[in-house]
Amino acid sequence: MELKQIKTLLEISHSGEITRRYFVVNGFDGALTMLGLIMGFYVSNHVDLAVVITSCLAAALALGMSGISSAYISEAAERRRTLAELEKAMVTPLNESHHARAAIWIPWLVALVNGIAPLLIALIIIVPLWLARSGMVLALGPLPAAMAVALVIIFLLGVFLGRVGGTFWLWSGLQSLAVALLTVGLIYLVG
Amino acid sequence: MASVQRLVLDVLKPHQPNALEFAHAIAALGEGYRVDIRVVEVDEQTETLQVAIEGDSLDFERISGAISENGASLHSIDEVSVVGK
Repeated sequence: MELKQIKTLLEISHSGEITRRYFVVNGFDGALTMLGLIMGFYVSNHVDLAVVITSCLAAALALGMSGISSAYISEAAERRRTLAELEKAMVTPLNESHHARAAIWIPWLVALVNGIAPLLIALIIIVPLWLARSGMVLALGPLPAAMAVALVIIFLLGVFLGRVGGTFWLWSGLQSLAVALLTVGLIYLVG
Repeated sequence: MASVQRLVLDVLKPHQPNALEFAHAIAALGEGYRVDIRVVEVDEQTETLQVAIEGDSLDFERISGAISENGASLHSIDEVSVVGK
């Protein structure tokens, strides 16, 4: 499917906004989950780096699969219902229309975005752990470095949301960062 | 062979694509196609349009295909201008 066709389907089904929302919401989920997991290992002390990497990778994959399946099931049902309502209003089947194609393809697109966002973000957060495992010496140590990457990503997601919503980007970024730091603080207290 | 130079169609379409995008989709079918759309009636999910298309040689099959592809249905052909050659 060409990029132009995808753009047409996104416009016709008003899916650009929901796709963006899914990306941010699930991306935030992915980043915060990784941050929590790594913080958990950090306060546990002396956990083997290989175990940390495997656990984070497993969590990242689970987040990706969860994102894809949950979004596909809900979006496909929603799109089928919308198409059926439209066909009823038009008093004709819309089999050959962009609307019917959107009902088939948009759930896959939304599901992919919903799944790939947390997976990709989680993988980026794990990079310092991989680098440390392969022998690179990091200034902060592997776990704090990974947490720093997670905090930067969460801040950037906040900035992105601020730009989308037309609010002051720094304030929006700091709000997201505050949620992340609160999570870190809670895990520290629990640990 | 005669060529169709003007058509006025009664079309029912969903709100999306909007009238401007719908006009673009039809105008893109051929060089020199001129499309004028008048929204006659707006309902909760649909709108009725009067679509006037002008050109040196209109391809009705392609126009009809573009209407269907955009989720609309052609109710009637209200006016036609055909020039013999």
